[in-house]
Amino acid sequence: MSKVPPVFGLIDCNSFYASCERVFRPDLAKVPIVVLSNNDGCVIARSYDAKPFVKMGEPYFQIKHKLKQHGIVPFSSNYALYGDMSERVMTLIESLVPAVEVYSIDEAFADLTGIDDLDGLGRRIRSQVLRCTGIPVGVGIARTKTLAKLANHTAKRLQAQTGGVVNICDQIKRDWVLRNTDVAEVWGVGRRMKMHLDAMGIKTAMDLAKADAWTLRKHFSVVIEKTARELAGTPCLELDEPDPPKQEICCSRMFGKRLKELPPIKEAVAAYMMRASEKLRAQKSLCKKIRVSIRTGMFNPEEAKYANGVVVDLPYPTDDVRLLTKAAVDALDGIFRPGFAYSKAEVLLLSLCQPGEYTDDLFAASQPTEATRVMAVLDQINGRWGRGTLRSASVPSCPDWAMRRELMSQSYTTRLDQLWTVVCR
Amino acid sequence: MSYSILGPIAEGGRKLPLCLFRVPAGFPSPAADHIEAHISLDEVLNVRAPHVYLVSLTGESMQGAGIFEGDLAVVDRSIEPAHGHIVIALLNNDPVCKRLCIRGKDVILLSENPKYPPRYVLEGDELSIWGVVTNSVRSHV
Repeated sequence: MSKVPPVFGLIDCNSFYASCERVFRPDLAKVPIVVLSNNDGCVIARSYDAKPFVKMGEPYFQIKHKLKQHGIVPFSSNYALYGDMSERVMTLIESLVPAVEVYSIDEAFADLTGIDDLDGLGRRIRSQVLRCTGIPVGVGIARTKTLAKLANHTAKRLQAQTGGVVNICDQIKRDWVLRNTDVAEVWGVGRRMKMHLDAMGIKTAMDLAKADAWTLRKHFSVVIEKTARELAGTPCLELDEPDPPKQEICCSRMFGKRLKELPPIKEAVAAYMMRASEKLRAQKSLCKKIRVSIRTGMFNPEEAKYANGVVVDLPYPTDDVRLLTKAAVDALDGIFRPGFAYSKAEVLLLSLCQPGEYTDDLFAASQPTEATRVMAVLDQINGRWGRGTLRSASVPSCPDWAMRRELMSQSYTTRLDQLWTVVCR
Repeated sequence: MSYSILGPIAEGGRKLPLCLFRVPAGFPSPAADHIEAHISLDEVLNVRAPHVYLVSLTGESMQGAGIFEGDLAVVDRSIEPAHGHIVIALLNNDPVCKRLCIRGKDVILLSENPKYPPRYVLEGDELSIWGVVTNSVRSHV
């Protein structure tokens, strides 16, 4: 029985966060952009034209002057916008290929097995996504996922020559790419591994493809052995199915400033629980336990350090934000110690189960149907009018402990009151 | 002994209406057998499609086309722009809402208000069409 050899595509958005910002700011089409991490801490994304001037991870307060000097516009990260644009990109890709594995917010693997005109499809994906969303993408096509990543990297590196689509199913093209790519650019080869490989004389991707698989396994791990095999053209990784429901749900964030009193920390924990319970209901799970923790800053030698957490068992498996919030907020009384400057809180939902699955005790209490209905209405309202429209009374609308996001763009695609405005003149 | 607990029935299907009607104990509703799917403006305007965006419009240059201050435009980016379409255009990276007019080699952005003259796209101008306005939504209250 002959089997069609697999073909993988890797579609990757170019400078995704910066590209999203530009969709609704055409005036910035030729202006370099950087995007900052939560709390406007450091640079986490750069447009292509900002790359020569700004390094990844540079702290914002240190480069303010440099940004001004080069005319680079900084943005706070706007995940409502990036998430919505990502969903649009992924939906478009899904409509064009047989199967998709969404790998991250800006990358997807596609199964392209059995397709005749691969280059044509690659170009179609690129032009469709660009036209329908304004986001430029690169497409790499190859016989394995690792090679598809490498092809995509080449498409990005040689944008002008390749038009953003590189197909290396052909052996001659594959070998050219392998010879001309540094081993550090291979998917899964970190800085540490690069040093080890360097010592063994493995400099290019081709060297790794030709390296002895058994030696690699013995010296390092089966992971790098698989990588080498994949580079040589033997598929070891398959298209992953979508994730099963998560077993834990976490919401943890830094405060916008240090908090010394209990009431604002309670507000923050209530807000994080609001978000965590939304995630819980979105995957249609219930939770039986929660863990709440708070801590001070960890790196400032001047500050007194303290961290503590507490696990709370719930009376029955639940997704009711009111019960969850009460449990979490009450638990804080037990771990809060006055006299510290707290910087972060975390809520963790544990022992998740599906409704109907928790049958260990037939007579145990279960969540009243009333509560389930209230939660459904809550999600429906927030789904329609934006997150936070309806919330527990313990969550203020504009808390002063919230993350600093002073340079944030509008939620152009997810809030009716923040749509892009075009003037008819 | 084995038993199974049935999960929720509405899972994954059409969303149930927000208001629930009380089921009468007496005479069954004669309409019960005739209830069809609900009408959805989302579907009519196609706003859930990945290539469709809502844009808020201000200004008076498109009044002749029935577009007024504060109207919502439904903008489709997948449609190939053609002569006669109302478009969101980027003229030298400046967004404008105009009617697209293609006359031979000339590309003209027309307003629908005599106070605003046509704008010919000249050599050296950079024009790209952001999307085509398929519908506009106006509130009368």
